[in-house]
Amino acid sequence: MSPGILIGTGLALLVLTVLTVAVRYIDVGEFNIYIAIGIAVVKATLVALFFMHLRWDRPFNSLFFVASIAAVVLMIVFTTMDTAQYAPDVIKGNAPEAQKTLDELAPDAPVAVKYPYGM
Amino acid sequence: MTEIHASNHAHDEEHGDHGHHDPHLAHHFETPAQQFDSGKLGMWLFLATEVLFFGGLFVLYCILRYNHPEIFSYASNYLDTVMGGVNTCVLILSSLTMALAVRFAQINKPKWMVICLVLTLLGAVGFLVIKYFEYTHKIHDHLVWGSTFYVPTSVEEAEKLGGGENPVVTTEPAAVAADFVDPSDSEQELIPDSLMQKPATSVSQIKPAQMAPGGIASMAEGEPVVEPPYSSGANHLEDADMPPNTHLFFGIYYCMTGLHGVHVLIGMALIVWLIVRGLRGHFSHKYYTPVDLGGLYWHIVDLIWIFLFPMFYLIH
Amino acid sequence: MSTIDLPHQDDQQGRTPAPVVDNYLTYTRGIKSWIFTLDHKRIGVMYMVSVLVSFLVGGTFAILLRTELLPPGKTIVGADMYNQFFTLHGAIMVFLVIIPSIPAALGNFVLPIMLGAKDVAFPRLNLFSYWLWIAGAICAVVSLLMGGFDTGWTFYTPYSTTTETGGVIAVVTGVFILGFSSIFTGMNFIVTIHKLRPPGMTWFRMPLFLWSIYATAMIQVLATPVLAITLLLLIIERTLNIGVFNPSMGGDPVLFQHFFWFYSHPAVYIMILPAMGIISDVIAVHSHRHIFGYTFIAFSSIAIAVFSFLVWGHHMFTSGQSPLMNTIFSLITFSVSIPSAIKVFNWLATLYKGSISLNTAMLYGLSFIFLFTIGGLTGLHLGTLNTDIHLHDTYFVVAHFHYVMMGSALIAMIAGLHHWWPKMTGRMYSEFWGRIGCLLVFIGFNVTFFTQFMLGSQGMPRRYYDYLPEYQVYHVISTIGSYVMALGFVLTAVYLLASIMFGRRAPANPWGGRSLEWQCTSPPPHDNFKTTPRVGNCYDFSAVVWDEKQQGYVVDRSLDPTLNEPADKA
Ligand SMILES: [Cu+2]
Repeated sequence: MSPGILIGTGLALLVLTVLTVAVRYIDVGEFNIYIAIGIAVVKATLVALFFMHLRWDRPFNSLFFVASIAAVVLMIVFTTMDTAQYAPDVIKGNAPEAQKTLDELAPDAPVAVKYPYGM
Repeated sequence: MTEIHASNHAHDEEHGDHGHHDPHLAHHFETPAQQFDSGKLGMWLFLATEVLFFGGLFVLYCILRYNHPEIFSYASNYLDTVMGGVNTCVLILSSLTMALAVRFAQINKPKWMVICLVLTLLGAVGFLVIKYFEYTHKIHDHLVWGSTFYVPTSVEEAEKLGGGENPVVTTEPAAVAADFVDPSDSEQELIPDSLMQKPATSVSQIKPAQMAPGGIASMAEGEPVVEPPYSSGANHLEDADMPPNTHLFFGIYYCMTGLHGVHVLIGMALIVWLIVRGLRGHFSHKYYTPVDLGGLYWHIVDLIWIFLFPMFYLIH
Repeated sequence: MSTIDLPHQDDQQGRTPAPVVDNYLTYTRGIKSWIFTLDHKRIGVMYMVSVLVSFLVGGTFAILLRTELLPPGKTIVGADMYNQFFTLHGAIMVFLVIIPSIPAALGNFVLPIMLGAKDVAFPRLNLFSYWLWIAGAICAVVSLLMGGFDTGWTFYTPYSTTTETGGVIAVVTGVFILGFSSIFTGMNFIVTIHKLRPPGMTWFRMPLFLWSIYATAMIQVLATPVLAITLLLLIIERTLNIGVFNPSMGGDPVLFQHFFWFYSHPAVYIMILPAMGIISDVIAVHSHRHIFGYTFIAFSSIAIAVFSFLVWGHHMFTSGQSPLMNTIFSLITFSVSIPSAIKVFNWLATLYKGSISLNTAMLYGLSFIFLFTIGGLTGLHLGTLNTDIHLHDTYFVVAHFHYVMMGSALIAMIAGLHHWWPKMTGRMYSEFWGRIGCLLVFIGFNVTFFTQFMLGSQGMPRRYYDYLPEYQVYHVISTIGSYVMALGFVLTAVYLLASIMFGRRAPANPWGGRSLEWQCTSPPPHDNFKTTPRVGNCYDFSAVVWDEKQQGYVVDRSLDPTLNEPADKA
């Protein structure tokens, strides 16, 4: 890997940074976040492949690194799938009403009494 | 096992086999190449743990953002995109100099290697200086984590909030003051007694915009995204449009950038160590494992910031 | 095969003479030579001693708990103290005993020798991770001085962020540190197995213990960091009140459980996978028969490691997790039973027509198969959504995970301890007392915990200080069982310690093992191997023959074709 490749990678990263800032000011609805994350992924790949030499390194190193990222993605996907389903159902209404419900159903429950809204 | 011996690693041309007399070769390795490969694999395993370590915070971020999208698009405006952008560039450039340092070590130019390491260190210092200004600015504006987020910042503000017809009060100000604000903090003493001695506000009295009804139930379906009328520096407590639970954004912001900052500090210590060893002439094209591994660590710090930047600063 | 440093066989009395070469115990002397040692064997021994001491402490709490539950109401301690006791028992046993027991203690000792390496890849990191373990243990003690903790070993929020016991932050810090100790051990083992295998030691010539340690190390490296960040967030939540797990501040308490079990379910496999590895080797060696289905056992370890990341939600069926995720997690949980069952069937097939020596290690190995089968099958009850609603948080769960974590993981550790004891200490223990001890532990264990299945299915909730009178008979039986088990463990401690002083000198290969650790002296020399050994098929016992002179087995090279291959082909 010649210094040229490294400097080229650095320049590409700077250009992408400018690009991702610029995109923030364009409204494309919910795609903004996907574009931002997409650009970040491209940048991260560039760093990993060239700065971190994965392009030339043993495949197992890349494999393990990708596995760690896959584990994070897995966790994000599963927890988000779960949250998407349960969040509205756990306690109906906002917190003050939730407290009322709790008082009715479980008068002695030591929940949220001591520190309403945090300490 | 042929893998070890027939290693055609990218660095092997420089590495070569030079017998068992290499002073850097530990007794339980057969060849320097085997030792180098082991170190590198170990470092990659460590980097994977770093990914998962931060990964937990990424999951937390995703869940919070999924539950409270309005908080993120509102509170992101309090972050300074210019400072964040500059910091991103600083970190990318320091990553570049780090990669060059490794390259110079490989082609046996230790002087240039040290120069590049010093440049990297400067980049790290620059990053932390900018971060310091960002943090102090936010803390000054009470854009902080947890309940403290709702503590008024000044006398006038406290009086205004305490005396107005629209009493916006933190829950149990006394408790907040006692538990979370340093008693020596002069600002705290200036909060009028009327505010301090007020009986604990019942939950229903709290202005919803400020005090976060909802809990996990507040996930707003189809709630319009609030466009804040203030940019950075304006007082969030006076903003009627502030969505509930905005403190969460700053909680996760400080967690993630703070943990990243700690990694930058560790990286700086590593780089200083590499510079010292480099100046003593420890590294050459025959032995530069610490530079290579230190470089990997520094790149992962950069890599994580590449994600943190759009996640916090660039929310439309 | 440059057979390795066997003692000279010119002793006329037909008894093994004292080893001529220095062994790792006598290589250097003095307390400092242990504190700063980089020798994987010494680090393994230090781990073993520390783990066994923690086991004594955790076991004492267990006996106190069982005694407290003898009659309903107060017996020896108050309710708050009881909460602290079961928390301590759980935390000590999980984080200080079972997780490091097999990988860090036995693994450290055995792995490089089995592999034919001189040491682990990073000896300094290895020592560092031992001292991290000590630091974590000290934090736990400090937390007791600060008022203890009563959160349960799971540290669930919001209780752990609001409980008034003062030691929560200290113990969480301790577990955080222990996590890094575990991560570094795992990293070391992966690199060692990848990079330090000598010529001839191909992946599929590795003993199955190494495969299981490898799979375990993968989990240690990939799951433990998530525990670290979870605990860090818990500390931040408790001190700075950022509200991410507090529903009244917009946070999400179920998220904490997601975080916690993302580590702690794989952690169950950090405990059980190396146990399965030990059993694979113990069963094969003591029945003198080639392991059945080597590749299946090897790959089922990897499969279990992969599956372990996909099932954490089965701990949250009743925690408010969504029905969708409940279903998905339940489904994947069932699929874990496939690789586990593959292993059990392969062990049984190995036993079939083997010439079984009922040594103590083998008895523990057979106990493992029995107890693990019960533990595994009751796991299916709990993985089923509708039965779990009934059984969740009852003694059924307690019994299930004790069958898996104690009846399997710990029993396998003790099997391994007996299997490698001659290698570690150079002494033979009394087989007679060993068998008696095993019998006491086995009976005591089943009396203690099988009763708890019945208790649980009748509705006795776990972690309760008091109970209704109709449960008392089960509690009494269970407590008596725990005393029998304790007696068994005390007996084991006594004869093992006695063997160090009075035991017969161990031959290099007392059981007829074939893997490399049986081909260096007992105890092994400092460098393990003077020259890199050549590797045969470690499950081919046809070349292992009894040697009357040494009172042990030796490998007859002429009987093993793999050893006579040209070196470059190996
Ligand atoms: Cu589980």
